[in-house]
Amino acid sequence: MAQYAFYFDNARCTGCKTCVLACKDKKNLNTGEAYRRVYEYAGGATEKSADAFATTCFAYTVSVACNHCDSPVCYANCPQGAIEKDPETGFVSSDPEKCIGCGTCANVCPYGAPHVNEETKKSVKCDGCADLVAAGGKPACVTSCPARALNFGEADAMAALGERADIAPLPSVSETTPNLFIKASADARGADSSDGEVANSAELA
Amino acid sequence: MAQATKHAVSRRSFMKGTAVAGLSTAALGGATLFGCAPQAEETELANTSAPTVPVDDKTTWGFCALNCHGRCSLKFHVTDDEVTWVESCGTPDADFDEPQPRACLRGRTYRRWMNHPDRLSYPMKRVGKRGEGAFEQISWDEATTIIADELRRIIDTYGNEAIFFPQMSGVATSMDSMSNNSLTRLMCMLGGYLGYYGDYSTGAAQFSAMYMYGINWYGLGSPLNVAEDANLILMFGNSLAETRQGGNIAHYDWTHLRENTNAKIYNIDPRMNSAMYGHSDEWIPINPGTDAALVAALAHELIENDWVDLDFLHEFCVGFDEETMPEAYKGKAMSYRDYIMGTGYDKVEKTPEWAAKITGIPAERIASLAEELGTTSPVYIAQGWGIQRRSNGEHASWAIMTLPCLLGQVGLPGTNSGSREGKNGIMLGSVAPGENPVTTKIPIFSYINAIEDPDSMTATKGGVQGADKLSVGIKCIISWAGNALTNQHSDINHSHDVLADETKCEFILGIDTMLTDSMKYADILLPDLFPFEQVGMSNNGGVNAHIVASQPCTSAKFERKTCYEIASLIAEKMGIGDEYTQGGKTVDDLMREAYATTLEADPELPTYDEFMEQGFVVRKGEKTNPLAAYREDPVGAPLGTPSGKIEIFSEKLLADVEGWEFQEDDTFADLGTPAPIPVYMPEWYGVETVTEEYPLMLSGFHGSARIHSSFGNVELLKELNPQELWINPSDAAERSIQQGDTVRVKNSFGEMELVAKVTPRIVAGTVACAQGAWHDADMNGDRVDKGGNINTLTTQRPTPVAKANPQHTNICQVVKA
Repeated sequence: MAQYAFYFDNARCTGCKTCVLACKDKKNLNTGEAYRRVYEYAGGATEKSADAFATTCFAYTVSVACNHCDSPVCYANCPQGAIEKDPETGFVSSDPEKCIGCGTCANVCPYGAPHVNEETKKSVKCDGCADLVAAGGKPACVTSCPARALNFGEADAMAALGERADIAPLPSVSETTPNLFIKASADARGADSSDGEVANSAELA
Repeated sequence: MAQATKHAVSRRSFMKGTAVAGLSTAALGGATLFGCAPQAEETELANTSAPTVPVDDKTTWGFCALNCHGRCSLKFHVTDDEVTWVESCGTPDADFDEPQPRACLRGRTYRRWMNHPDRLSYPMKRVGKRGEGAFEQISWDEATTIIADELRRIIDTYGNEAIFFPQMSGVATSMDSMSNNSLTRLMCMLGGYLGYYGDYSTGAAQFSAMYMYGINWYGLGSPLNVAEDANLILMFGNSLAETRQGGNIAHYDWTHLRENTNAKIYNIDPRMNSAMYGHSDEWIPINPGTDAALVAALAHELIENDWVDLDFLHEFCVGFDEETMPEAYKGKAMSYRDYIMGTGYDKVEKTPEWAAKITGIPAERIASLAEELGTTSPVYIAQGWGIQRRSNGEHASWAIMTLPCLLGQVGLPGTNSGSREGKNGIMLGSVAPGENPVTTKIPIFSYINAIEDPDSMTATKGGVQGADKLSVGIKCIISWAGNALTNQHSDINHSHDVLADETKCEFILGIDTMLTDSMKYADILLPDLFPFEQVGMSNNGGVNAHIVASQPCTSAKFERKTCYEIASLIAEKMGIGDEYTQGGKTVDDLMREAYATTLEADPELPTYDEFMEQGFVVRKGEKTNPLAAYREDPVGAPLGTPSGKIEIFSEKLLADVEGWEFQEDDTFADLGTPAPIPVYMPEWYGVETVTEEYPLMLSGFHGSARIHSSFGNVELLKELNPQELWINPSDAAERSIQQGDTVRVKNSFGEMELVAKVTPRIVAGTVACAQGAWHDADMNGDRVDKGGNINTLTTQRPTPVAKANPQHTNICQVVKA
């Protein structure tokens, strides 16, 4: 069985969200829904004392979609058995024929990957651009990145580029064993860190 | 008020009966009044215009021709003459070292933008008051008849000097660009038009660059690959990832540089801009508008510790100290050194302690930075363009350019001039510009004044060039692909009042793709095509260069036309149709001619047909340095300054402004004029001039979701990039403002409303928002701008020497709404 994975270079990402918009155009998503998000995680303070500034501010961005996890909790918790993990690719997907739109998957996924589409009442999320991958390409988000912060390939190859995604604000990898490997920036904090917070909650779809 | 017509899908799809039920009434109905459609419709469109599984009829190459300089490649997937997906040129296995002009987030939303409810589709005539946005559809024949009649009347009554093209930057191709487009070429054949100099991007720095280096500002930088060889990189206000976001320009170059240099990097900026994400140790926070004070204190330390390169300064520069002062100014304590050490001008020693109070950078940090600069080489110093978009912009940009000279770090490997990073290019031919018979020019930023108060537009007061004064005010505006009538010009409330008065500017012709705020002032409004909806080509790059080609992705929908077709129709009405089109040449004919000159100079490029087929050509760039020749041979390759040297002291500036009228806070010490050296000038509205009523500084910046106002109405982009006011937690707490609160920002020019982003990524005492938001105010009511456009609060007062736009120099108060 093959397993595909994403790679994310946290030291290169400038948070521009080209990956998000490339995904939205490819997948024809409207406002209110996104299969990929870019989080700004920031902390510290920039204060003025006497005449001068002192700063402990840090900030970095994390681009994340469905990680097609080794232990997908969406799959484990779906009451309809609608979620499948493809043996050929490792892609996790929901069968619209079986899905009843209950939203359990959306509630249990620690990455917020699936959501229930308001119109179709079906669970939807990143499918790894399976059509492009099947044709020998890579997901639209990956080939869109101007800063080359994203990559995609066999999990083993991606694992050679970075560590399994264990930086804040992502959850600990122990929850689902995500197929997302990250090269951390100098600013990056561990998944269990409380140094900062998601600073751009108003900028997420 | 105006009822909306929605042109969300083309007539062809509509007639084929595709699923557009939600749009049918308006799209088919006889509604001819035009206004802004509610946002919901854009969403509705997206659901109807793209199939779930695209089966392409064809793909076409196009490009983004906006003013971020990206010129990124776009690949259009088209089915049934409708765009279904917009890809770019990224390939799956491209190596990090392989440059690709990949489109940014904005380029990936073109399908929404080109089909937006705000899109213009028919020629229209204004039926409401200027600014209201109410129009009635008319025929092309009626529109061009009115335009021809008005042009004739204005030329006969006032002369050609009464016709003006405000700045535009929405399109830059070999066919049509800022100062050379189908309409300017037409006007050249009809007797000309009032010219302008400068631009809203770098108006002040263009002057300082010429005074100091005698080289055009846009050609003064070393590309970022040069910085690979530096050991210290110092960026002043240079937000590389936000200002130029594409895949073969600064955004990519910056990311690539960081992994290919051993240099220590510092970013001096009031904001921890996105180029620093993940690398916060690079940030040196500073008060906006005070960079020249920092440079002065660095210079002080460099002089005190003998870290200045005196040999370089004496051989290559004028005016560092008494030894190289021009004859007429010797013995007057007017050198740069005298200014720094407190023996000249204001007699203040520019110590780190002096600068700390102004800049907010601790004195010890200034001293340690000076030591790093003085003891490291090579040093690569660059500045962004925001530095000079301030009331002290000429001197601030000049000061930063002086810093590498003090170190002797110019013209050598690993160094830069202190201007913005440079770029490499592939030369691409364009249609030859016409010759404008009118030689009088105004500073671009003073165009409202040239309408309202033409008598004040003189050489000594208004910076008029080519004449002592204007012979007539602006009576006719032609605005194509621009939004600078209101949205992008300062003090929108005042611009509105001037433009709304039809007795002042008597005729406004607007041509664009969208009903922007500026277009609401048009008397006749014509629908343009995007560059990728027509044949075209363009070029740009950063470290590496590219050229891009375009073929129409779909047929021209509704009654939209190219700028050239529009100009040709007007030419015909004016009786010079055949002369204008040179006997009926098409855009394709003209592009083939332009490309032939390209091929002649650069035979390695593909043929025209191959170029159109492949869509883009990328070429890796060399480590070029515009000052290398001068450094190599200062006598044989002199600079374009009067002395042929780098002028830290500019005698020419003093000569140029002799007899000019200045306001008191534009002059330095007891000179009575702006200084001939790069001094720190407190801003009119800055850290030293905040008031009790307006205690905060307010600065604009380039956000990532728009380039200026382009894309400013795309819902998908707005959702992910809401119009936010950055505010430091301490300033927010004082005002009981929480993250996400709606806030009002106010000063003497106006008031706007936006959402608070409470963040330690901005210094205390300063708030900032992305410029270019679409102005959204009831101009007959309270005029509070719900769009959050900073130009509601900016001044129309020009900078002292360049008469440029100080749009980041503002003070304000912020309250919770």
